[in-house]
Amino acid sequence: MSLPIILFFVFGGLAVIAALALILAKEPIHSALALVLVMVSLAVLYLLLGAEFIAAVQIIVYAGAIMVLFVFVIMLLNTREEERSNLSAIAKYAGLPLAIFLILDLVYWMSRGSARMAMPANAATTAVSTRDLSLYLFRSYLFPFEVTSILILIALLGAVVLAKKES
Amino acid sequence: VEFVARHPILVVSIVKIVVLLFVTLTALAYLTWFERKVVAYIQSRVGPLYVGPHGLLQPLADGLKFLFKEDVTPPGADQLAYLLAPFLALSLGLTTLALIPFGPGTVRIFGQDTPLAIANVNIGLLFLFAVTSIGVYGVALAGWSSNSKYPLLGGLRSSAQMVSYEVSLTLSVVGVLLIAGSLDFNNIIVGQEGRWLGFIPKWNVLPQIVGFFCYFTAAIAETNRVPFDLPEAETELVAGFHTEYSSFKFAMFFMAEYANMITVSCLATILFLGGWLSPLPGSWTWTHYLPIVGLVAAGLGVLFDGLRNQRGLARLVFPLLGLALLAASAATVYFGFLEVIQGPFWFLTKVFFLLFVYVWMRGTLPRFRYDQLMDFGWKLLLPLSLANLVVTAFVLLMVRP
Repeated sequence: MSLPIILFFVFGGLAVIAALALILAKEPIHSALALVLVMVSLAVLYLLLGAEFIAAVQIIVYAGAIMVLFVFVIMLLNTREEERSNLSAIAKYAGLPLAIFLILDLVYWMSRGSARMAMPANAATTAVSTRDLSLYLFRSYLFPFEVTSILILIALLGAVVLAKKES
Repeated sequence: VEFVARHPILVVSIVKIVVLLFVTLTALAYLTWFERKVVAYIQSRVGPLYVGPHGLLQPLADGLKFLFKEDVTPPGADQLAYLLAPFLALSLGLTTLALIPFGPGTVRIFGQDTPLAIANVNIGLLFLFAVTSIGVYGVALAGWSSNSKYPLLGGLRSSAQMVSYEVSLTLSVVGVLLIAGSLDFNNIIVGQEGRWLGFIPKWNVLPQIVGFFCYFTAAIAETNRVPFDLPEAETELVAGFHTEYSSFKFAMFFMAEYANMITVSCLATILFLGGWLSPLPGSWTWTHYLPIVGLVAAGLGVLFDGLRNQRGLARLVFPLLGLALLAASAATVYFGFLEVIQGPFWFLTKVFFLLFVYVWMRGTLPRFRYDQLMDFGWKLLLPLSLANLVVTAFVLLMVRP
């Protein structure tokens, strides 16, 4: 086994375990930390695929900025262990069949696609450099990029307006 | 074994990591000694004096004391987060040092040519920001998990402060990126080669003086140092986020703070001060002997101090140390290591100067108030770094075709 494959299984497994911990943890902060772990593991997987820029941005934006705000809010509210409410009837009777169906679906598509999807062993050859990425983003896809940034600006203004209204 | 034999890079990397860790941890310990001495002289005191000659064994004594203190976990603390926080802070602080190139070219270890950095990452700068952006968790978790009022307030303050100043920190270096056109530290440094008017080094600090100001200010705030050390303002919050920590966990936070100082200074050196490049013209070949001159001066200093002022064991150790330094300087010239140590010498000199500025500021400036801190970050630093970015982009567009 080569090094990239070992790393893939280590961090892929870590991502799955952390995702389970995220759902199962009772303490909100533990869930948030598990989510950070999921994101960092995913960043390593991106790195193995040769997408180093995406990997770094994944950590900076999701783990370093968004999740910090989540942790911040949890700390501010000082929430302790979550209380378990009674499961709703829908979740009780429809949840399990739906989950089984989704898992089977996933297995089916993975078994069909496995021939085409090679392991990321030689992925470094298909790496897109930061330069190429920026050229795509600011030349070919400039309009979607600008639209997205205006969308974020609107959300920002909305947050400011809502915050002002309260006081 | 066969696996390792097929990947010689693993062995070389581990050797480099061990060496760098050893050097860094020693440097961290003596940085505390240096800081206490400098601040003491600024305040007309003498600083550590009793443990060892010139108080030189003080860091060792402090380390031992931390190890032997009782490790207290406050009741009601969140066990996992309480344990995780100091490890997170220290390991992230040390990880970033793996990216720093200390000199140009390569050295040979076990028949492998390897660069003077643990890892040459071609998105070095982004990777460094990725690691430092996670650094907030160490402080935030420490504050939250302690189950105590002061640490919680300190943790909240420091998270808010670090998130706020991270924006300016990142924006302030984009100007340098535009000039260099690369995220690779080596390319950024090589891009600063050359002179204006034949003698002024073409470092980024001159065209990017505003960026440098923004970077250094934001960096001090990021590392929670005076005058931005509100997270641990002792007059208001006892010791801030690490109030409840004792024994070696406290020492880990302490070490993390100093490791971050070193990282930030290294980054400032790379981005703005030309990294390993010499500030003196390359045609002055005699400047290549400056490291040796420094080494000889240090050797002579230690030798004479040992013979004149020291008593007891130090009277024996100091002159021997001085002679060893003199021998080392002679050996460096004799075995032709002179060219290899040029890069690291200038790099470390610049980093040391920046660390001195850090300590100098601590001895000089009073602390900000919390509202002043937020006003300064959002209303002055952020617009300034944004303006710097816009102006730099505009000028580059005019100058370059």
